[in-house]
Amino acid sequence: MRRVEKTRVTALQRREARVRRRCSRPQAARPKHLHTFGESAVENILELSHITKRFPGVIANDDISLGIRRGEIHALVGENGSGKSTLMSIVYGLYRADTGEISFKGAPVQIGEPRTAIELGLGMVFQHFMLVDTLTVAENVILHAEPHSWGFVDYKRAVKAVEELATAYGLRVDARARVADISVGQEQRVEILKALYRQAEVLILDEPTAVLTPQETEELFQVMNNLREQGTTIVFITHKIKEVLAISDRVSVLRRGKLVGTRNTAETGQRELAEMMVGREVLLRVKKEPAKPAETVASVAGLQVRDRRGMPAVKDVSLEVRRGEVLGIAGVEGNGQQELVEAITGLTAPEEGLVLLHGKPIQGLSPMKIKRRGVSYIPEDRHKRGLILEYSVADNLILGLHSDPPFVERYLFRNDRQIKAHAARLVESYDVRPPNPDQIIRTLSGGNQQKVVVAREFSRDPEFLVCSQPTRGLDIGAIEFIHQEIIRQRDQGTGVLLVSAELDEILSLSDRIAVMFDGRIVAVLTIEEADEQRLGYLMLGGDPQQATGELESGVTAK
Amino acid sequence: MELRQSSLSSRNLLVPLGSVVLALLVGAVFVLIAGENPITAYRVLFVESFGSVRSIATTLQRATPLIFTGLGVAFAFRCGLFNIGAEGQLYVGAIVAAIIGVSFGDLPRVIHLPMAVAGGMAAGGIWAAVPGILKAKLGVHEVINTIMMNFVAYYLTDFLVTGPFHGGRWAPETDRVFPTAALERIFLPTRLNSGIILAVVAIAVVYVILWKTKTGYEIRAVGFNPGAAEYGGISVARNMVLAMVISGAVASLAGVEQVLGVHGRFIQRFSPDLGFMGIAVALLGKNHPVGVFFAAVLFGALRTGGAAMDRLTDVPRELIVIIQAMIIMFVAADELIRRLFARRGKA
Amino acid sequence: MWWEYITYFINATVLAAALRMATPLIFASMGGIFSERSGVINIGLEGMMLTGAFMGMLVTFYTNNPWVGLVGALLSGGIVGMVHAVAAVRYKVDQVVSGTAINIFAVGFTVFMLRTIFDVAGTSPAVPRIRTVALPVVRHIPVIGEIIGYQNPMVYMALILVVVVHIFLFHTVWGLRLRAVGEHPKAADTVGINVFLTRYIAVITSGALAGLGGAYLSIAHLSRFGDEMTAGRGFIALAAMIFGKWTPFGALGAAMLFGFADAVQMRLQEVGIPRHFVQMIPYILTMVALAGFIGRATPPKSIGKPYEKE
Repeated sequence: MRRVEKTRVTALQRREARVRRRCSRPQAARPKHLHTFGESAVENILELSHITKRFPGVIANDDISLGIRRGEIHALVGENGSGKSTLMSIVYGLYRADTGEISFKGAPVQIGEPRTAIELGLGMVFQHFMLVDTLTVAENVILHAEPHSWGFVDYKRAVKAVEELATAYGLRVDARARVADISVGQEQRVEILKALYRQAEVLILDEPTAVLTPQETEELFQVMNNLREQGTTIVFITHKIKEVLAISDRVSVLRRGKLVGTRNTAETGQRELAEMMVGREVLLRVKKEPAKPAETVASVAGLQVRDRRGMPAVKDVSLEVRRGEVLGIAGVEGNGQQELVEAITGLTAPEEGLVLLHGKPIQGLSPMKIKRRGVSYIPEDRHKRGLILEYSVADNLILGLHSDPPFVERYLFRNDRQIKAHAARLVESYDVRPPNPDQIIRTLSGGNQQKVVVAREFSRDPEFLVCSQPTRGLDIGAIEFIHQEIIRQRDQGTGVLLVSAELDEILSLSDRIAVMFDGRIVAVLTIEEADEQRLGYLMLGGDPQQATGELESGVTAK
Repeated sequence: MELRQSSLSSRNLLVPLGSVVLALLVGAVFVLIAGENPITAYRVLFVESFGSVRSIATTLQRATPLIFTGLGVAFAFRCGLFNIGAEGQLYVGAIVAAIIGVSFGDLPRVIHLPMAVAGGMAAGGIWAAVPGILKAKLGVHEVINTIMMNFVAYYLTDFLVTGPFHGGRWAPETDRVFPTAALERIFLPTRLNSGIILAVVAIAVVYVILWKTKTGYEIRAVGFNPGAAEYGGISVARNMVLAMVISGAVASLAGVEQVLGVHGRFIQRFSPDLGFMGIAVALLGKNHPVGVFFAAVLFGALRTGGAAMDRLTDVPRELIVIIQAMIIMFVAADELIRRLFARRGKA
Repeated sequence: MWWEYITYFINATVLAAALRMATPLIFASMGGIFSERSGVINIGLEGMMLTGAFMGMLVTFYTNNPWVGLVGALLSGGIVGMVHAVAAVRYKVDQVVSGTAINIFAVGFTVFMLRTIFDVAGTSPAVPRIRTVALPVVRHIPVIGEIIGYQNPMVYMALILVVVVHIFLFHTVWGLRLRAVGEHPKAADTVGINVFLTRYIAVITSGALAGLGGAYLSIAHLSRFGDEMTAGRGFIALAAMIFGKWTPFGALGAAMLFGFADAVQMRLQEVGIPRHFVQMIPYILTMVALAGFIGRATPPKSIGKPYEKE
């Protein structure tokens, strides 16, 4: 304990000295990377070789080798689930790689926990901030590296140190404010200050712009520029191509756990990056007849929804779903799809706007009432929403139907015979394995769990079916099965709203596709108009006009 | 959460049984401190609680209130709520039952007794509803509020029994309830009364509510996964309040039974921590009505045997309290128990 | 007329009594602050106090020196605190269950030992106690002198303790880290703070302070131990801590208020206000505070949740 104390103090003093030096030397040396852009002479401050990390059922990182050069801003891009956050969590010591090596400044290192990473000079700003709400900005920054005398925290020195750092890098924040009282953008700055205060030489930013307003994003880029000028290396995780082009020196693209390639930003463009991210995998196409859409079954008009933090998440969205069609919503996760779906199904109350079912408003009704009017819903997260893992298959198959006949008698008592019969029927027709209605659902595989959700929701003959990421984490067989069931629903005359981050899924199931970005529907395309490149481009915040232009100039005419 | 929600199966019996064994071992150390042979002491304990029909009757009588409080606590657990307020709930239930019992002397038994019982249950239910509503509507943790409500109940009943409903005798107690409101003794000379029948009925009713009704389906769903319950159209807030009301109503029957069946009157601060022991009973019984019954019988036996041990040996009856505390701790430390017994199994 | 009424209820004598009543609450609530600020609920304060009261008496009985008895109370409270810490931190026992077990254990343990050692039921033999002292200058100051000029040394210790705890929590490195652990253990862990060690120390300290609070009853205020003599004061201390929003001076204020209610109840009874209703006040106020009707009392965020590394 004692010894650690000492090293902290000296680290602190070193840092203070460094800040002072920088402040007194406004003309910082030109960053190295500008001089030595050639491939050979560049020093890699951080080098990953052959990193592989498996989670049950998936390979999150598959033999990834990557060099980060000193003083550059290196963008790491890829779709959700492509493995970029996992890779950086390994670097920061939150996960351990199954195989592979990391070297820092030329020497191999073992990073077993964040503490080690911090001591080496690595800093990471997470998507979920690690800040103590009730403490002040300065207190958060100095925690466990406090300037003190005889154990008494020297708050004056702390505030001064934080203010100096903040000024040096242009991170506007009130050192004395409580974290609970500051904006998300400011919280992010505090996280960056925390890393800088601990003398981070490499700063990893995990999707930092996801929580920021456009103005805040601009400011962040300014800060990143300042940091680069003063010699800090930055790894910038994002999925927004515009941002990559705006700020990075080099960019590496991950797809499904593999490194697709690394490019100098100056030598690449939107099209190449979009293609690298989305890929040209062989698609699982579902056999289907052309849709025969009939009248509108459900519609949304001028819908506004706030997320849990109170930020606008769905901004003035209007949509229509007709009987017998699948309307796909394409978009990178976190662009308001979740909030849209929860507002439609009654789990959150919209702030403004209408949700109509057969022309009658249903917004603000309870989830039960909405269900009873013929809306079925496959939720995004079957563990948090869709299933009660401790319940049997049979009991899960009546969730939401449990208070309706024939499953209750005389308003109160369960009709176990009917519940069993219902379960036996569905287990059989949806091929749930093992075919035992009494099995506790926790013990089933993910695919079979999802089949239970699908069976329950589809068997009610819904008028309107909302599917959110219906095949996430499932194997090919289960995916095909669920896709076929969705098409069958469509052909029976159900209106289907399909939300998915998987472009393949959207393209193979939808009849029309709406692209959602930053809480808005930025384009609605027919299936004939849509292809992966164009959707990928729109999903990543591309300009709809330009996308049209590219289409018209024959880019996609293969 | 695992602690609060688990099913009763043979695999799950390891922790309860292991806990009892360990607690008895710790108790043996205290027996030695008291200068007695643990085997002698535990033999007395066993013989005096199960050795004759009469002692079994006494054990059941001691188990009766614990069945009620244990069921009450277990019911709340099933909804993910920790009701430490059974003590307060049984006091308000008891005083209301006593007040009804000493009034309305001209009512026939078929009306008077049910009225006293129902009155007590209603009082306990309302008492528990307060922390339930505060939790459901404002998100205030029920633990602190149920504790605070305990004390409010103590002082409220203190006031009533020393003031408006103070009986004719000097002691702080009410008058005797009319015979029309009494739970009759069913095995003289022990104080075993028809409350035990009520307890068995309560076990059955709780079982049916939890597993045979849609209400139970909803309450358990909220306890397991509030997010999925909400998705399934189940009102989390409404079921939380309902679970607390039922929990409080059942727990309050312990007080009702003590007043109408054992003491015949409300006596100030009569309860030997019956409500807190209910927590132990619920945990040991794995929050299952049948488990609660056996756990309550065990605790009833400990109390019965403990009193005899106190008389016949040098071991004070408080040994029982120590053992009960240890059982609570060990049952909750299931990781510890599993490791201890797994290691022993290997060796 | 109304002035006479007020001075009948609020005067130096009553306030001095309130301070005496508040003293055990202050000790225990400071203990509660340590534990809960680190993220561990401490329902077991009552049991820790009771153990301290008993062991304080016992050690005093054998040494004939109440100050040594005080050390005994401190240590025994700390040991009970350690049991709570091991259960809650190491074995991830539900913290409320662990606290409840400790409370029940303490009742059984103290009465069992009282009967085994002294072969008496109810109350222990009399032991020497820490005697009241008169403060040299202060006692001559009007009013204030009457309130604090002539009190038990433990009363002064309690008041000093409040200041010390305040400085510790809000001005030292360790206090800052303790608060961080209680609010966001993961954030604390990622900057290198040992969450488990912090919680161990905090909960043991908590028990030690509650033990002192109990000892005040048996070897300062009185000079003997009686069965269940803490009579729910551990829970009132818990209430004081909550009502004082987990701050030392807040808890002091709440303890004084509750002590005052205790001191004035007899006088209120004389004018026809039943004392039982006065005694309910601390508990009702605490519920009102938690519900947010008088400035919401928000517990430390990680409270009740065992910390697990990934």
